[in-house]
Amino acid sequence: MKPAISVENLAYAYPDGTHVLRGLDFNIAGGSFFIIIGPNGSGKTTLVKIIAGLIRPGQGRVDIMGEPLRAYSRRAIARRIAYVPQQTAMDFPFFVSDAVLFGRAPHLGAFGIESGEDRELARQAMAFTEVDHLAGRRIDQLSGGERQRVFIARAICQAPEIILLDEPTASLDIAHQLRVMDLMEKMKAEKGITVVMVSHDINLAAMYADALMLLQRGKLVAYGEPGDVLTYQTLEDTYGCRLLVDESPLGPMPRVTPVPGRYIL
Amino acid sequence: MMLPAVVKRIFLVTGIMLVFLGGAMLLGVSMGSSGAGWVAIKESVSALNDPGSPLHSIIWKIRLPRVLLAALVGAVLSLGGLVFQALLRNPLAEPYILGISGGAAIGAIIGIMIGLTGLAGSWILAFAGGMTTLFIVLGIVSGATMMKKESLLLSGVMVNAFCSAVIMFLISLTMDARLHNIMFWLMGDLSSAGPREITWLAIAVLPCFLIVFRVSHAMNLLLMGRDMAHSMGVNVRLTTVGLLVLTSFMVSTTVAQVGLIAFVGLVVPHLLRLLLGPDHRELVPACIFGGAGYMVLCDLLARILPRHGEMPVGVITAMVGAPLFIYLLRRSSS
Repeated sequence: MKPAISVENLAYAYPDGTHVLRGLDFNIAGGSFFIIIGPNGSGKTTLVKIIAGLIRPGQGRVDIMGEPLRAYSRRAIARRIAYVPQQTAMDFPFFVSDAVLFGRAPHLGAFGIESGEDRELARQAMAFTEVDHLAGRRIDQLSGGERQRVFIARAICQAPEIILLDEPTASLDIAHQLRVMDLMEKMKAEKGITVVMVSHDINLAAMYADALMLLQRGKLVAYGEPGDVLTYQTLEDTYGCRLLVDESPLGPMPRVTPVPGRYIL
Repeated sequence: MMLPAVVKRIFLVTGIMLVFLGGAMLLGVSMGSSGAGWVAIKESVSALNDPGSPLHSIIWKIRLPRVLLAALVGAVLSLGGLVFQALLRNPLAEPYILGISGGAAIGAIIGIMIGLTGLAGSWILAFAGGMTTLFIVLGIVSGATMMKKESLLLSGVMVNAFCSAVIMFLISLTMDARLHNIMFWLMGDLSSAGPREITWLAIAVLPCFLIVFRVSHAMNLLLMGRDMAHSMGVNVRLTTVGLLVLTSFMVSTTVAQVGLIAFVGLVVPHLLRLLLGPDHRELVPACIFGGAGYMVLCDLLARILPRHGEMPVGVITAMVGAPLFIYLLRRSSS
């Protein structure tokens, strides 16, 4: 399958000259589950924001579905890529059904009026992420896990070809982490959506990802199938602590166990 | 044809608010210092059919222009509050509290002092003053502290205090006859404008209303965060800057005309948000017509409550608004 996202020699620096990303080259296959891992400050969020079109890259080229990102209008990107940020503002809490319906925005006309069809799509999206029973609640009244599924429903309602998620499982308990990951798996399988996720959980990443990318200080350390990326040498060098990597009892995938109190300087 | 649910709600809300505004205006033109209550309304209705009576010309020449002006001013200030609250994601933001009204007032006073005649001159200076204070306030709280509610308000209060000092300073420098009414103007004077000023004000602000309504769904998306809005196709910078400039323009021209009226932009959007929820496609028309009606009623109270003459309308709006502001501040910090 041709790549959904293709990145060539991508670099980005803050206005003060600090390099965030340097010389990245990689492809993300269409319809795959792609997970980006790496230590804090390795540039994961910046990379996702560049692909989402939120930040303009300093140098290099990003192609979305075979066309340069630059050539897309804002709304055209929004019709292909949905983005779920780390945090969402909730100072003026909307109802769940409205928040999900907002996903239709890039498909609407000048005054942003949703049709009955748009409402139906929102209803389906809520059913897909199993939040339809919460439709009449306000998003600030939900638990973290429910809220994350509402925002994923919002992204699905956008009817994208690619969905980008920035640490969607952070601060969720194990069961809710699994639910989010299974939801992504289902989205990939049933809707053929390409899923790109930033995660800190290496073990969850190993279980679900078709391909993994390990970033360190803005550079690509390793990229490929989980078994190839998650070796103890690579991970220890990147994270700077001792790690035990063996095979997961669940099947042929790596399992990473951190060893307490042993840091590598 | 089946109308989409949102459109139905927008029509319903607009209809109800228009009825409210119509009722308020009816009360506004039929009551005044000459009398209030049922008798006054009946007298006014009969005077309408009698072009010779003094009440007839009072209604057409004095009360109606004033009620129309109050409606325009109320719409501008309420919508101004709504826009600032959405853009700054701060339910306590309001043109007066942010110091924009104060800055516009300085500009307008300077315009009068240097002898600029006509609306355009004082409007441009008021607009410049309003924009300046807006950028000062946003500059003070830029970056990480931007979204901290209290720091934004505190900066606004300080800029406002400074503006008040500058206004008093300017007034004491001059004994200009044109500024004789200034104390009144400082708390809102709706009696000054004639049909010409009102027409120009309407021409200036009515297109702004349409533009704000046009981007009302973008305001919804902005409430979910800049990145989220951007990722859903909103041109965040253009929308934000455009709305800030547009709103400052509306508020500044209004201040140049009627002076400083506080807290309207706080009370009306807050009440309507309680009633209607946070969807700006409904809130924008509701604030325009509801705010207009609210101001007409406040002005009516300011005209009929004093035994002699009248009081500035800002007295009424502040007496309603300040307690609400304190209540909201307490609730948001808990």
